[in-house]
Amino acid sequence: MVVIGVGNPMRRDDGAGIAVVERARALLRPTVEIQTLSGEATSLLDAWDGADLAVVVDAVRCDNPPASGVVRIDVTNEPQAVPRWSGGASSHGLGVAEAIALARSLDRLPPHLVLLLVALADEGQGAGLSPIVEERCDAAVGLLVDEVRSAHDS
Amino acid sequence: MTHQVRDLTVEGLARVEGEGAMHVVVTDGVLTDVKLRIYEPPRFFEAFLRGRAYTEPPDITARICGICPVAYQMSACQAIEQACGAVVDPQLRALRRLLYCGEWIESHVLHIYFLHAPDFLGVGSALELAQDHRELVEKALKLKKIGNDIMEAVGGRAIHPINVRLGGFYRAPTRRELQPFVERLRWARDASLETVELVSTFDFPELEIDHELVALHNPDEYAITEGRIVSDGGLDIEVAEFLEHFAEEHVERSTSLHGRMIERGRYLVGPLARYSLNYEQLPQVARESAEAAKGLGRVCRNPFRSIQVRAVETVAACDEALRIIEGYTEPERPAVSVVARAGTGHGATEAPRGLLYHRYSIDHDGIIESADIIPPTAQNQDAIESDLRKLVEANLELSDHDLQHLCEQSIRNYDPCISCSTHFLDLTVERR
Repeated sequence: MVVIGVGNPMRRDDGAGIAVVERARALLRPTVEIQTLSGEATSLLDAWDGADLAVVVDAVRCDNPPASGVVRIDVTNEPQAVPRWSGGASSHGLGVAEAIALARSLDRLPPHLVLLLVALADEGQGAGLSPIVEERCDAAVGLLVDEVRSAHDS
Repeated sequence: MTHQVRDLTVEGLARVEGEGAMHVVVTDGVLTDVKLRIYEPPRFFEAFLRGRAYTEPPDITARICGICPVAYQMSACQAIEQACGAVVDPQLRALRRLLYCGEWIESHVLHIYFLHAPDFLGVGSALELAQDHRELVEKALKLKKIGNDIMEAVGGRAIHPINVRLGGFYRAPTRRELQPFVERLRWARDASLETVELVSTFDFPELEIDHELVALHNPDEYAITEGRIVSDGGLDIEVAEFLEHFAEEHVERSTSLHGRMIERGRYLVGPLARYSLNYEQLPQVARESAEAAKGLGRVCRNPFRSIQVRAVETVAACDEALRIIEGYTEPERPAVSVVARAGTGHGATEAPRGLLYHRYSIDHDGIIESADIIPPTAQNQDAIESDLRKLVEANLELSDHDLQHLCEQSIRNYDPCISCSTHFLDLTVERR
């Protein structure tokens, strides 16, 4: 089982994914592997290699988020909900969506993959999350811990 | 009077709205405007670093780029060590070069197979490449992972390495820890040689650039971590003289600063420049692969052929990493002491995308008073626009779709670092 926080803490709310997994660290069993990544696509394939469950936590630009500000996508059961491939003119554009598409094509998706996506509010530069995303991260920590716990129990 | 206006934009340049865009305007069959707007995070970091401790830039600037953090760390370390008068032991220098080889391998392989090769293999993206040429993508992933694993073994982790500090490392890897890389790197060197052969079968669009080529040069090795700054126009300077010869200028059409050589104009950094200025310093196996690479030559001025150069440089990086590991002895200490003193220091290394310059001025307490960070993409922006202008003018008869594709290909030649610190997903939530 692996929990992967994706993002950059020096880009305000883009740090949400990493903030969530760091906050959850103390609440998760030591056997749960925790990784933090920039989100580069092929590194994600390595990060979840061999895991029965992978939970990826990332920031997301979303015009109409749910009340919690956190979107859960069960990639295994709702493949159509995953954002589409959008990588274009730069390898810097290859991220989580591209990783999932590549992994699916190469049979390298983990048996169970869940995305927890925190709707961002501040795309600016610098450290620190916006107040609303601080709250959303707390909600995401709860969802993450539940996700891992239910996998343990099943 | 009615004008016919063709307005082309390139998708995939922006991760954050408004931060990256390419805009080409053709009016009545004549190219009237080419604008490339590329977001530049270093401006923020230069301001952010002022007032912070001299020990912080290697960690903080590593956040500028998720693909080449080592480049930022190494240029920052060099600059501050120079300001403080610290000299790093040869074994630690070798470890830094090894770490940098890891980054070159992972970055070049990412670019070659997951961004650039699809253009030449007639597929739309790396996803289609994975579907049509699965074995190629599997090999690329295996090769890239070796680069990542070297970064992890030396740098502590592959993304934003945490083991790097001023003067060296927090902990030096043991010989035993590095030994397993020997067999893997032998495989990687062979796989890289096959990559040179593969990309040399591609058909390359004709384009000959005349920009002055600028790179680090070191007579003893293929310059990655240190050297003098040279050009094919006769420039040969110490890194500390960089700002006397290079400037960033505001260009009316762009929010970004454009790099210029003072009184000389446009220039190019990156693989083409590095290769053309340092061919003789390539390790023998890489030089031989370059000699056998169809159409490459000792000087490369066609940006579309940068995929060949990156492949040759991947051979060089694998060979160098192997050489360093085979000769590795654990250093007596993981880092030399770097004591703060008032002064200014300059550092330049060869990031995968080209020369990356840092300058820091610090006071006697080690507080940063000012910083300059000049990344390769900012230096190349003018050259990229120039290439686009030439290409569009030469291919005006193409349909908008084909012309746009050619422009995208041209931008991919450079793999510009755009909003590279963000990987936001765009998500539409549909509620029924």
